[in-house]
Order: sequence, then C-alpha cells, then structure tokens
Amino acid sequence: MDISIVSLLATLIVAATPILLAATGELIVEKSGVLNLGVEGMMIIGAICGFIAAVNTDSPLIGFIVAALAGAALSLLFAVLTQYLLANQVASGLALTLFGLGLSALLGHGYSGIKPPSSPKMEWFGMAELPVVGPIFFNHDMMVYFSIFLVLVVWLFLKFTRGGLILRAVGENHEAAHALGYKVIRIRILAIMFGGSCAGMGGAYLSLVRVPQWTEGMTAGAGWIALAIVVFASWKPWRLILGAYLFGGVTILQLNLQANGFDMPVSYLSMAPYLVTIVVLVIMSADRRRASLNAPASLGKIFHASS
Amino acid sequence: MIRLEPRTDPSQTMIILTPILAVLATMVVGGILFVTLGKNPFEAIRMIFWDPLFGEHAFYYRGQILVKAAPLIMIALGLSFGFRAGIWNIGAEGQFIMGAVMGGATGLALYPLDSFIVFPLMVVMGALGGFLWAMIPAFLKIRFNANEILVSLMLVYVAFNFLIGMVTGPLRNPDGFNFPESRSFQDFPAAHNPELWAGTGIHLGVLTTLGFVILAYIMITRHIFGFNVRLAGQAPRAAKFAGVSPNKMIAICLGLSGALAGMAGLFEVTGPAGKLTTTFPLGYGFTAIIVAFLGRLHPIGILLAGLLMAVTYVGGDIIQSQLSLPKASIQVFQGMLLFFLLAVDVLVNFRLRISKRISK
Repeated sequence: MDISIVSLLATLIVAATPILLAATGELIVEKSGVLNLGVEGMMIIGAICGFIAAVNTDSPLIGFIVAALAGAALSLLFAVLTQYLLANQVASGLALTLFGLGLSALLGHGYSGIKPPSSPKMEWFGMAELPVVGPIFFNHDMMVYFSIFLVLVVWLFLKFTRGGLILRAVGENHEAAHALGYKVIRIRILAIMFGGSCAGMGGAYLSLVRVPQWTEGMTAGAGWIALAIVVFASWKPWRLILGAYLFGGVTILQLNLQANGFDMPVSYLSMAPYLVTIVVLVIMSADRRRASLNAPASLGKIFHASS
Repeated sequence: MIRLEPRTDPSQTMIILTPILAVLATMVVGGILFVTLGKNPFEAIRMIFWDPLFGEHAFYYRGQILVKAAPLIMIALGLSFGFRAGIWNIGAEGQFIMGAVMGGATGLALYPLDSFIVFPLMVVMGALGGFLWAMIPAFLKIRFNANEILVSLMLVYVAFNFLIGMVTGPLRNPDGFNFPESRSFQDFPAAHNPELWAGTGIHLGVLTTLGFVILAYIMITRHIFGFNVRLAGQAPRAAKFAGVSPNKMIAICLGLSGALAGMAGLFEVTGPAGKLTTTFPLGYGFTAIIVAFLGRLHPIGILLAGLLMAVTYVGGDIIQSQLSLPKASIQVFQGMLLFFLLAVDVLVNFRLRISKRISK
C-alpha cells in the first residue's frame, strides 16, 4: 500500500477543520446552557451561502463571511423559538436541521458542478518548504489557522475573562445568574448566534476547500459529529482539537484505504467515521459521574423568568 | 409589553388549535417563498394542498397519499411513545433501512419458494431488523449512558452504507446487469406486497398502519404502559417512585419505535419501492419526526398529521413537475411547518398578557 504519512497528516487537518469550527461554536452554546441540535442545518446553510457568495464575488473570504452571517441568521430562528417562545430545544434543533437541509437544496439549485474560487495558502515565510513539518503545518489556507486561533480565543474567553465567567454561570445555573441580574436570555441568544456563525463557516469550509463543490446534503452528518465531539471534549476547548483531528484522521485513513484498493467494499469503509464517533461517545459517557460533572448543569433546560 | 403568563393547566383548545394555526402560518410564509421564487403563490399553495385531494388527477393522487402516509404514520406512532417519555430516537431512518434490508434479505434468501409463509416471515424479520438496530442506542444508553440522539443518528449513516454494501454485494440481483439493486419483489409473488384494490394505493402496510393507530390509541389512553410513558415524561422522579424503571422505559420505547420503523421499511420495499436500491431511503424516518410532533404525539393526531404530510409530498411532486420547482422546496415547507408548530406551541402552556407598564 502506498500511503504517505506526511500527506495523510496534512489532509487530516483539512478534513478536521469544518468539524472543529462547528464544534467550537457549539461548545460556547452548550456552555451557556443551550443544546442546539441544529448544527447540521446551520452548517449546510453556511456551505451553500458561502459557496454562492464566493462563486459570485470570486472571493473565498467573502464566502466565509457570508456563511458566518447565514449561519447566525438561521440560529436566530432557533434562538427565538427556544428563548422567547420556550420551545423544546431538542425538537427545535431538529427542526433547524430539517429546515436547513431543505432550504440549502433549494438555494443550491443550479450551483452543482461549479468550481469555487480556490482559497490561497497562508504565507509562512517559506516554512512550507521545510521537509515533513512544512507540508503538515505550514501549507494550509487561512481557515485552518483561524480554526485553531478560535479555539485559543474561546479558551481564553472562558477561562480568563469576566464575560466567560458570566457565560458559564448562566450555563451552570440560570436561576442564580438571573437573580444576580445577568440577562440570561440575551447572553444565550448571543451564544447561539456565535455557534451559528461558527457552524456556517465550518460548512463553507466543506464546500469551498474540503470538497470543493456544492452537492445536496454534502455535510453528511458532519454537524452531528461536531456535537459528539463536544461531548468527547468534556466541554474543554483544547480537547476539541484532539477530537476533531482524531475524527479527521479516521476519515482520511478510510479514504486512503479506499483509494489504495484495500480489500474491503467501499461502503463498509465509509461507515468508519460514524462508528468511531459512537465508540468515542460511549467511552466518554461511560463514567456517569465524570460526565455529569463536566456537562453544564442547566444544559437543555428551559428558562422562564417568573417576574 | 407582551408577557407570557403560565397557565395552570394546558389549554385543551390550544392543543387542537395550534397545529391548524401552524399550517396556516406555513401557507402564508410558504406563499411568500413562492413569490420570491417568481411563482404565483395561490396557484402553488392550491397545487400542494388542494390538487392532491380534489384536483383533476386526484383519483390517482389519493392513492399516492395513502402510500406515502402509511410509513410516515407507522414510524411516527412508534416515535411518539419515546418522545412522550423524553427518549429521543431520531434514527428511525436507519431502522427503516435495516428493516427493509433484513426483511428483504429473508425473502430473497427464500426465492423462489412459493409459500404463504414467506411474506409474514419477512414482516417479522423486518420488524426484528429495525428493533435490533434500535437496541444498539438503547443498550449504549442504558449500559454506558451514551446520548441516544447522537448514537441513533450516527447509525442512520451506518445503515445507509450497509444498504449500499448489500445491494452492490450479497443482495445484488444475480439476473440483473450488475446494477446496484436487488431482485424485484414484483417478480416474486410470495414476497410481494401488492396494491390490494387497483388504484386505491391500499396495500397490506396501509391496513396494518390503521390497526396500529387503534392499538396505539388503546395503549396510550387505557393501558398502564401508556400511563407510565406519560408519567416518565412529565414527572421522571414520580415515575421512578411509582416503580417505572427508566432503563426498561428506554429499551421499550426505542425497541418499539425501531420495530415499527423496520416494519414500515419492509412494507415499503416489498410494495411501493419494489426492490432494494441505493436510492431506496426517502427520508420518511426524518419526516416522521415532524408528523409525530404535528400530531401532538397522539395516535389520532398522528393519523391526521401523516395524511397531511403525505398530501404535501404529493403536492410537492405536482409543483415540481408543473411549476418546475426543485424537489427541495417541499422539504423547506415541511421544515417550516415544524418551526411554526413549535412557535405557536407556547400558547398551550402560556397565556399572552398585554400589560402596560405603569411605573418602574
């Protein structure tokens, strides 16, 4: 078999980036005590809106910005439903996914088979020429570094800022946070919109860089895997990278095995990422006490101020 | 300033009224959507909601409505028990596929045996396939506390890949031309699920679905199981003290919904679909979630909601061919319906109060 470890690691990072972006957004959402199961829907809306914008303006950057806005706009629907109209979060998230999948197919009508403008690689002062490390770490487009930067920012925000403390307080005990005078609803809506824009960018990374073209339903569960990775990371930002890259690794490995004619039908190999996600979920959830310690205490609970 | 004031009891009027409100709101906003697509909204709405029932070709469409409604209703009935108890099986699509594969494979293995036992056996194996597939998230939830939403959803993709593996491998039609599809069940009378009366669309699955609606109605209103399900959903702690084991609840609710989804898959593959192909799954498992909510998790409601959703499916086909709109527009419609339903749902448990702020 002819599999180069270097190219494997380099493509692994590209495969992991959409999920890392979406998972980082969802981490903030869940830290604020909201469970948004609509990641898949927001991702695919980001994928098509970013694609349309990038194709029409010939600028991937504008594509990503539009994708972030589109994801945030869709998440606002979820925010209104769950925060103002007190709808069940699980059902609302599912609605968001079903609606997003439909709407994206409608918007994307006529955009399949087009090549998007290619995203330029970041310039690292020639470090991309270095053997081994160069192609793995210094030969990617901007969004790869942005996704890691975002994890850093989220970590700093949650751990060292007052805003992060308030966000966590709202997620751990919304009644207490409300009693202290924090605007629970407003904070949660902001968190949800941040999650939406991250998911949107993640989706756009799929359609603009990873694949790169538009096909209906192209996220193929990536949003759900992002949700699973948040659980895997025990709601800790740095572990998101580990989770996303592990997933990216499995995806790339099975693709490479397929390409190298590994003696196993393609369809069984394609199951691998999903099966690994399940295994990882099981491992992380098995210790009930630890799992419940890490999860935000108000996760998924509806908040309605009585006065 | 509009304020939400909790009601002491859920409003019975609103429980019935809100789905109707949601449908109306969907029509209005859907109409706006059609305007932006450059179509006449009144014509489009008529094609979706009216033509399938009373239009020129309604004699054909009415049968199609039943064909599409039956699997939706059957799956949604199973899901409704779990949703009531707070157990979220959203992988019905996967259980639907596995039921079709396992039941279908049973039939294909017996080809060309001409015995009355073939079809009942396939139905049982189909239900078993869906049941076993749903037992995976149930087991992982009970034993390892793994989130059943994510596991059941992941298993949809696994099931879909399994289906592809089967129709390109062991279950491929040996007399076909290497197409990725199984032998057609139409050529195998003992395993075929035909239309019982020509033009009505009624096949065994439709009749079975009706039976399940009645059974589910009795279960939820008269049987202790239905009571326990409602108790577990509304007051989990009280349910525990009353001796309702949460683990048993998870296993039963997931197993039941899996079995029904699997059976729906089997009726679909042997009847309307005709054979296992890579394009066999049509998303019924996901749409059934909307049906379950729209029907208020109540069997009679689900029956009506399933029929309505089937009308929009058929109507979607009509606008697709007559207005040359993409197939996806109907999916948007269905998603919107669920959105509006969740939005107006607030009226069931809350009262809108318009209060003037006097002084602060």
